[in-house]
Amino acid sequence: MRLVYFAWVRERIGVPAEEVEPPATVATVDALVDWLAVRSPGHAAAFADRTRLRAAVDQQFVGLDAAIAGAREVALFPPVTGG
Amino acid sequence: MIHIRVSPAPIDIAAEQARVEQDGAVATFTGLVRADDGVEELALEHYPGATEAALTRLAEEACARWSLTAASIVHRVGAMTPGERIVFVGTAAAHRAAALEACAFLIDRLKTDAPFWKRERRGDDARWVEQRDGDHAAAARWKAG
Repeated sequence: MRLVYFAWVRERIGVPAEEVEPPATVATVDALVDWLAVRSPGHAAAFADRTRLRAAVDQQFVGLDAAIAGAREVALFPPVTGG
Repeated sequence: MIHIRVSPAPIDIAAEQARVEQDGAVATFTGLVRADDGVEELALEHYPGATEAALTRLAEEACARWSLTAASIVHRVGAMTPGERIVFVGTAAAHRAAALEACAFLIDRLKTDAPFWKRERRGDDARWVEQRDGDHAAAARWKAG
């Protein structure tokens, strides 16, 4: 699974993307974030405040309770601020 | 006609206006970088592919809801300075109400539905812009109807 990060999530983690293989028990975006948060202090810092975290699965915006089974790409990022 | 462009290139307002002049009523919105509290530079990050797809979906929704003849969204990314154009939205319809409403819909929903992130720089201090509560209220008013 490819993970992509944007804005301060990307800055805190220190890379714009990474390939991971979470275990099958990691079934939702929330569970994926829990699993990722212990990988490094940067991941922990990026995911410390879930209320400010948004996600997309295969480029579709989803809630953090969304399933990730079969997902090719999961994006994690702050609330959007375009326009 | 739907036209979507996400690019670091400056926005040529005459060319973009001409592109949407395809019916009796044309409405446009242009957003410029503000020099809020001494902002010297604004940098825009986006999610390549997903951003264009999100803007296309919004334009398709507007075209269907207001029977538009044309809808165009042009958004700059990368670094820009106060006074520069950051976003252009243009709509064309047979009559003004549809064109004006669809134009407002597109810029309101763009702010909550498209993956862009703004970073402001003042001197040596750079910080990510926080989402405004008002942006969600503006986008939510288009849900009904």
